[in-house]
Amino acid sequence: MYNFEFVKPASIAEATAALESDGAQALSGGQTLLPTMKQRLAAPDVLVSLTGIAEMQGVCLGDVGLHIGAATPHAVVAREAAAHYPALAKLAGGIGDPAVRNRGTIGGSVANNDPAACYPSAVLASGATVVTNRRRIAADDYFQGLFTTALEEGEFITQVLFPIPQKAAYVKFNQPASRFALAAVFVAKFADGVRVAVTGASNGGVFRWAEAEAALSANFSADALAGLSVDADDMISDLHGTAAYRANLVKVLTGRAVSAA
Amino acid sequence: MTKISMTVNGKSVSAEAEGRTLLSGFLREGLGLTGTHVGCDTSQCGACVVHVNGKPVKSCTVFAHDVAGANVTTIEGMANADGSLGVVQQAFQDHHGLQCGFCTPGMVMSSAALLAENPKPTETEVREYLEGNICRCTGYHNIVKAVLAASGQSVAAE
Repeated sequence: MYNFEFVKPASIAEATAALESDGAQALSGGQTLLPTMKQRLAAPDVLVSLTGIAEMQGVCLGDVGLHIGAATPHAVVAREAAAHYPALAKLAGGIGDPAVRNRGTIGGSVANNDPAACYPSAVLASGATVVTNRRRIAADDYFQGLFTTALEEGEFITQVLFPIPQKAAYVKFNQPASRFALAAVFVAKFADGVRVAVTGASNGGVFRWAEAEAALSANFSADALAGLSVDADDMISDLHGTAAYRANLVKVLTGRAVSAA
Repeated sequence: MTKISMTVNGKSVSAEAEGRTLLSGFLREGLGLTGTHVGCDTSQCGACVVHVNGKPVKSCTVFAHDVAGANVTTIEGMANADGSLGVVQQAFQDHHGLQCGFCTPGMVMSSAALLAENPKPTETEVREYLEGNICRCTGYHNIVKAVLAASGQSVAAE
């Protein structure tokens, strides 16, 4: 990879200042960014590590529900969220492999918005709030398509605030080579309705399945999905599965998630 | 180039490194600790696993500068003080948990991390924990046996 200047600020304010320079790029756990840089698909002049910022670490209960610092590794979320939000903890504990989970962070995953990543589905299904160094962004406004988010130049995630649902489950159909989701569904039941978010399946990245949400809000049972089907038009089609296969998988996994919740 | 200091296998060390220097490169080229192997260099294979502050990471996918000041343990730090093989290493030898041996440093480091977290894992837990460590000789059965043996559990005879 091309060389760069490495800086490691100790506070959000210092990181904000460092990211104002030309060609600066934020680095969190690096489990996607390093491979990307090795392939020379990214070549920042300055890399600003966010892993040394104490105020961006850790899991705690707060006003919204479960508040997670953006630089918290998956392994820590898997352990510390377990008592409060088991579905989220299970999701975090199923990302990649143990070594990847010790480096990769929730903020990095949500900022990258890989169409097959796990975390975006939890953020969207929970109706979480993405907190940045500048503002708070509702999940519904945050995800804007394949690798695309509401984040602006120099903006980075500092925290993700999860409302805790009454019931929830995440069911992932593993792509065994990459350990990303071939398709995965996060179902969250709140007092005012059910939210269903799908990852791994669509060319547009994570999305909410509105018909399933309506059916499950009326009747929270896998049977409620019987008459529904998912449009295969914009589904990912590759050697691992066709669009029609993924569309069907979304329905099957949604049913399994409802049963598991 | 700037100087990086960290503790590796209990010793304070420092060496010059560029921003882009990976932890794997810092260990191998900066410090001459070539026991850490680089297999795929894409964080798939796990041959480069080392412990950073007690947790296993893929050293090919961590910048050395990002772990400055950390406590790092490599395969060279797994032997006993008298130079004899550590418990996990000895179990790999006893149960033939290696064929070509290329993946072994990473396998041993991941296995040791598993046993630190979970001293009596089931066979399924061993296989799941080692998902990110690939053995191209496909020697998994004996590797799993070695890890179970290292945890003090009895394993079937050869």
